[in-house]
Amino acid sequence: MKHSHARTLVVAITLLAGLTVAAMHGAIANENPNAFNRLMKPASERNAPPESDGIHDPTADGTMMLQSPREAFSNLPKSRSGNYVDWNRAIDDNLLSPRSDIRNADMNAIVLDLNIVREVKGSMPDVVYPHKQHTQWLDCSNCHPAIFIPMKGANQISMASILMGEKCGVCHGKVAFPVSECRRCHSKAKPIDQN
Amino acid sequence: MLFAAVVVVAVNSLPERAEAEYGDVVINELSDDAGMRPVVFPHWFHRIRFRCKVCHGDLGFAFKAGGNEINMVKIIDGQYCGACHDGDVAWSIENCELCHSGQPNTPTQVHHSTVQALINSVQNTEEDEEGVEE
Repeated sequence: MKHSHARTLVVAITLLAGLTVAAMHGAIANENPNAFNRLMKPASERNAPPESDGIHDPTADGTMMLQSPREAFSNLPKSRSGNYVDWNRAIDDNLLSPRSDIRNADMNAIVLDLNIVREVKGSMPDVVYPHKQHTQWLDCSNCHPAIFIPMKGANQISMASILMGEKCGVCHGKVAFPVSECRRCHSKAKPIDQN
Repeated sequence: MLFAAVVVVAVNSLPERAEAEYGDVVINELSDDAGMRPVVFPHWFHRIRFRCKVCHGDLGFAFKAGGNEINMVKIIDGQYCGACHDGDVAWSIENCELCHSGQPNTPTQVHHSTVQALINSVQNTEEDEEGVEE
């Protein structure tokens, strides 16, 4: 009997949540079809709280206990994509100091300040890969040698492979800033052709 | 009747409106079969507190959703999530629903990832083509 009550409650909540979403669909459909920025995710929908993010189950007790990313990001520097947080500036500006060790909060990251320039085909500016920003988060062994052979010219990289989640795409496009941020990597202008 | 309505609304509202955070990982290798909600791992929450290397180096998490054979026994024995979720560094495993909070039947994925977007667009195209044939 108790179980049946619980089920009715869950069904009612699910129905209510479903109707809310359906109402949202309706509201979107009735908007001006020529509204500005029609396909972009508006700022008001970014970093949605867990109970309305479409992946968490709003009927789970735990969902309501989770922090909303919007709240966590409120004092962090903004960026244009991904989480809409500039994670590296957050570290540089001492707004975040994520631990390098599970228990030892005083252990510092071993940072390597070394830029690698990759000359690229076509008209895009060359890629400057900064070890500094990467070693603030990662150990050498996270990338070398499994993902990148640590030798100049030894790694074939293409945008197609990155889009498919290989090479840089192991992180970029999944958790680090996505490939739509072209100029954050393609940042070094090619020498002007003298001919 | 009511149940059918709930199912229709639930299915319609699931995939396209998912606005979960970039990098959230859904892990549903064992959960659905075990009658638990899938796990939603919030990357953003963890990278605020730990550098990537802590989990992906020290704890041995592979850079791949579903690429680690995680189960509750390993977690209780201090492996993977259990290295922190031990009631000391972070809250312990009796808080089942804090992790197992995903919509049932959500497949393992990195949410909003480029790869996921490519897979979804292929699937949508296939569905559209099937619709035309009918």
